Amino acid sequence: MTTTAPPIAAARMKAPSRLGDRLFSGFTFLMAATVFLLICLVGWQLWAGALSSIHKFGLHFLVSTDWDPGNDVYGALPFIYGTLVSSLLALLIAVPLSVATAIYLTELAPLWLRQPVISLIEMLAAIPSVILGLWGIFVMVPWLRINILPFLRHYLGWCPLFQGSVNGPCMLAGGMIIAIMIIPIITSVSREILTSVPHLQREAAYALGATRWEVTRIAVLSYAKRGIFGAVILGLGRALGETMAVTMVIGNTPQISASLFAPGYTLASVIANEFAEASDLCVQSLFEIGLVLFLVTILVNLLAQFVLKTFAGATVKQ
Amino acid sequence: MTLPKPLAFLLAASLLAGHALAQLTMTGAGSTFVYPMCSKWFDAYAKVDPSVRFNYQSIGSGGGQKQIIAQTVDFGASDGPMSDANLAKAPGKILHIPVVAGADVLTYNLPGNPTLKLDGPTIANIFLGTVTKWNDPAIASQNPGVQLPDTDIIVVHRTDGSGTTYIFTDYLSKVSPEWKTKVGTNTAVKWPTGLGGKGNEGVSGQIQQTPGTFGYVELIYAVQNKMPVAQVKNPSGAYISPSTDSVTAALASAQIPDDFRFSMTNAPGADAYPISGVTWLLVYQKQDNPDKGKKMVEFLKWALTAGEDMATPLDYAPLPQSLRDRVLKRVSEIQVGSQ
Repeated sequence: MTTTAPPIAAARMKAPSRLGDRLFSGFTFLMAATVFLLICLVGWQLWAGALSSIHKFGLHFLVSTDWDPGNDVYGALPFIYGTLVSSLLALLIAVPLSVATAIYLTELAPLWLRQPVISLIEMLAAIPSVILGLWGIFVMVPWLRINILPFLRHYLGWCPLFQGSVNGPCMLAGGMIIAIMIIPIITSVSREILTSVPHLQREAAYALGATRWEVTRIAVLSYAKRGIFGAVILGLGRALGETMAVTMVIGNTPQISASLFAPGYTLASVIANEFAEASDLCVQSLFEIGLVLFLVTILVNLLAQFVLKTFAGATVKQ
Repeated sequence: MTLPKPLAFLLAASLLAGHALAQLTMTGAGSTFVYPMCSKWFDAYAKVDPSVRFNYQSIGSGGGQKQIIAQTVDFGASDGPMSDANLAKAPGKILHIPVVAGADVLTYNLPGNPTLKLDGPTIANIFLGTVTKWNDPAIASQNPGVQLPDTDIIVVHRTDGSGTTYIFTDYLSKVSPEWKTKVGTNTAVKWPTGLGGKGNEGVSGQIQQTPGTFGYVELIYAVQNKMPVAQVKNPSGAYISPSTDSVTAALASAQIPDDFRFSMTNAPGADAYPISGVTWLLVYQKQDNPDKGKKMVEFLKWALTAGEDMATPLDYAPLPQSLRDRVLKRVSEIQVGSQ
């Protein structure tokens, strides 16, 4: 006797219902579509709010350094410069710190030390932006002004980056405070990536006679390169949008200066500072600044995706 | 006999609604400067007339003007008078009711906290960036005997739009033709030089933290943070310290037109402090809602009589009696409801 049912009986047997599966995939698709729609809605709303300003200034808005609410003339270049420079500075400070911390925590730290340090780093992420800004005004900026900046000016004053008068609030302070805010996120994600590197990789490197550092460099970091790059992009995304802490320490002066000692202004800061009292054309110019920030963030993320694809790196083929 | 359910419900609801109607809520919005004074007044007025409750949002003078034009609030408050263009946008005639006055003071961070004497053109040149060092002859000549360091002046200004900035730039435009053409008068301007702080708190915080800074804040902030203030030279030639008395003196000597939209900076009085400004409450001349209109008029009359006595302890300058009488006369011209 065969186990397959006879054709007539099979026709009468109902196939298991796929309704649950269909509902589930439909629901999750809806959620994903909602996220996408929200992003589009934000972009569209920013565009609609900025229309008057876009028509009046056109592309000149992106290259003009003139921000004059009194005479209703607006230009975004100092803010774009400030956002990009402060974010880049933050990355330069935070990435070596974060990746080194992550490597230490996964490879070298004694087991009893790992969890407390991880908790401490996560607590750093929990500090609200405003509190960090207050700490910046009362502790970090005076410390920079008295100890660090004169030292830098004395020894590195030949470089245009470290010239100019020392006032306190400056681009360097802005970069440092953003660095403090993005260290937790880059460290956490890098740690996850490094933990996910298979032990087989490390063991193979040891078997070939590699030293501790060589194992980390060859087996672990090479494998985790793409993931760590992704973590850095996450940090950069946060850095570009950071508002309150930066506003309090960067000096809020719309100017472009090579020196790190000079005050600056970021896209997010100008919106936070001027939106409440702005009227008519100023509001629309601020919307346009919001649109520029939105587009810069998207552009940076697309660039990162492109870099990841092009320089695929030495991914290990199993 | 028990009431049928729907009727009982309706009765209870109407009783509750009746109770809610008994307390009227008036909403206002605008200037942050006048917020502490308004809070004190609303608190005291609740004891005078418990049937009305005031709610005030300190969103800034510009916001206050916008909201009263849009009629989303019952009254606005502004440190700068409304422009003709803005008044034309309103659906009815808006009255400017001056209530209290304040001063913008120049404060700084110098070793020893000396009291500096400065005149208008010097202040303008500092903010224009033409006078850059503390021991510049322009400052030193007015302050013999004061040890001025050979360091840069770090100017601090406001980043946000504000009535404080309006009063200050109005004064600078009057004493410096270069400022008038180059920068002008507005709630937010393009500052030629200096760091920016958000709000009076931001500027005073910046000045307290950094030596060599120079900026402008409202009198109240300098007094409460015990910061040194400069004496400013008025048109009569005297160096005047900012205080509630010198502001009231400025008000008494200022030229005040009939619609009360005036600027009192650089007032000619002998004891007048030159960088002063008044805050206005903005109300419609024709109040459509009879209950609210009646309560508004009663409150304004109380504020301009008993309320003025509460101003000085809070470091605000009350209006001089002559001005109070003129304003009370204007308040009685408010038409309430459909009569």
